[in-house]
Amino acid sequence: MSESLFAKTALDERNQRVQRFYRRLFLTMTLLLILPVFVILTVLLSRGASVLSLSFLFTNPEQGMTAGGVFPALLGTIFLVTAALVFSVPLGIAAAIYLSEYASDNWLTRLINLAIINLAGVPSIVHALFGVGAFVLFFRFGTSILAASLTLAIMTLPVVIVSTRESLQAVPRAFREAGWSLGATRWQTIRHIVLPNAVSGILTGVILEVSRTAGETAPIMFTGAAFFLPFLPQSVYDQTMALSLHLFVISTQVPGVPEGLPYGVALLLIAVVLVMNSVSIAFRMYLRSRKKW
Amino acid sequence: MVAAEEGVDSILEVEDLTIRYGKHVSLYLPELSVRRHEIFGIIGPAGSGRTSFLKAINRMDLFDPTMDVRGTIRFQGRDVKEWRNVYSLRRRIGVVFPLPVGLPLSVYDNVALAPRLSGVRNKTDLDGIVEGCLQRAALWDEVKDRLDSLGSLLSGGQQQRLTIARALSQKPDLLMLDEFSIAVDPVTTMRIEDVLKELKSEITIILVTNLVQQARRLADRTAFFLNGTCVEIGNTEDLFAGKVADPRTEDYILGRFG
Repeated sequence: MSESLFAKTALDERNQRVQRFYRRLFLTMTLLLILPVFVILTVLLSRGASVLSLSFLFTNPEQGMTAGGVFPALLGTIFLVTAALVFSVPLGIAAAIYLSEYASDNWLTRLINLAIINLAGVPSIVHALFGVGAFVLFFRFGTSILAASLTLAIMTLPVVIVSTRESLQAVPRAFREAGWSLGATRWQTIRHIVLPNAVSGILTGVILEVSRTAGETAPIMFTGAAFFLPFLPQSVYDQTMALSLHLFVISTQVPGVPEGLPYGVALLLIAVVLVMNSVSIAFRMYLRSRKKW
Repeated sequence: MVAAEEGVDSILEVEDLTIRYGKHVSLYLPELSVRRHEIFGIIGPAGSGRTSFLKAINRMDLFDPTMDVRGTIRFQGRDVKEWRNVYSLRRRIGVVFPLPVGLPLSVYDNVALAPRLSGVRNKTDLDGIVEGCLQRAALWDEVKDRLDSLGSLLSGGQQQRLTIARALSQKPDLLMLDEFSIAVDPVTTMRIEDVLKELKSEITIILVTNLVQQARRLADRTAFFLNGTCVEIGNTEDLFAGKVADPRTEDYILGRFG
């Protein structure tokens, strides 16, 4: 009797077979997803790692960019990303806070949300041309770090806004009501209850932004990144080299580049993104430890 | 309905209150008053308008654009709509929600949050408030050694007492509890009930509860809400002794429906 109670029926068998099938299907998909990343990193490491050295990082390109280092491009990328963050993070977070915490749900808010999502879908070359028109010509910033980083900032704003808004909305309404019922204003509730709970999601958005900004080429090509500069920029009104454009240039425009060099530059670009991301990951961990999460 | 009693010191008076969500009338109260230093129980099935009533009292309707409140609610003799500063109104009214909300701050910060926001900076003062409120909420002995651990990691019952401590942190005149025991074990429920009996000497309490027996144990007077209206208000003792004006009240109390 008890044996038969625990015996598998034909339906149990089938359900379990189907369950195993789906488990394997999803696992396969996940592995397929990792494959390209793995291949790219392997190729870059095997062909480019030998190029990387301290002197490669800290010297200027030489002999028509076929030798020497990438110092001006490395520094330029860091400048551009940092400046873009300085513009887009405060602006994006402020807009997201307004949309999530203050705006009432009416046609205007929905229109703004729609516009933001559409902005995220605009191709980067269109942002580049907008940057030329708006920042280079209209505001007379010329082709400069300022114009290029503003263009990058506009391009990445939707990412910051959407990810910030998502993480704000993930904070339970009960937390807000607890704050309001204590007599806290909306802002006090946001500042002391909502933001501390959303900060880790907001930082994830910033990480995404850094990754995207550092790699973009089109938006900076016409607005502030230079083909080759033998000196470092002196102010935000100067042009700068950038790793992404440098990679494009030595891969397609310059004859006689040694084979390993573009791989080395690509590897460096990924490393820069990784380092900048780990700063914000470390900050996120610091916040958590302080909160005793 | 009980007519407005002459010469009784009341903290809250309601006249002609209508609460609507869109076209749906959630609650209509022609008249109701809560006396100072009593525990005022509100019983009734879900959807009878009890929570909406609490939200109207501390003006939480401002955060819900679909909620429309008409009529008069006087708190401490003043219409809540005429309190120019709704924040000071809310500071005088503590609220405890059905599900415990331990904010993901330390236990200490959970209680100190509101006093800090209203300008208490002195560490000694804050320490005193935190200890006092936690003691009054019968939580102090359990958490005094880990005030800096996270409030949201406490057990459900502890979090609910933390919520009560937080609600007391600004010395409110009125404490409103909305089905506080829904997610709390029976032992903790009893402890909180003891706390409420003691608090009665200092403040007024409105207790919304699904548990008829809880109202019987705690409330001085009890109102029975049904389908968006108040069927009856009476001394709790009388209602449970069968002295009811409306047969529906007795049916509900005896568990014949609801």
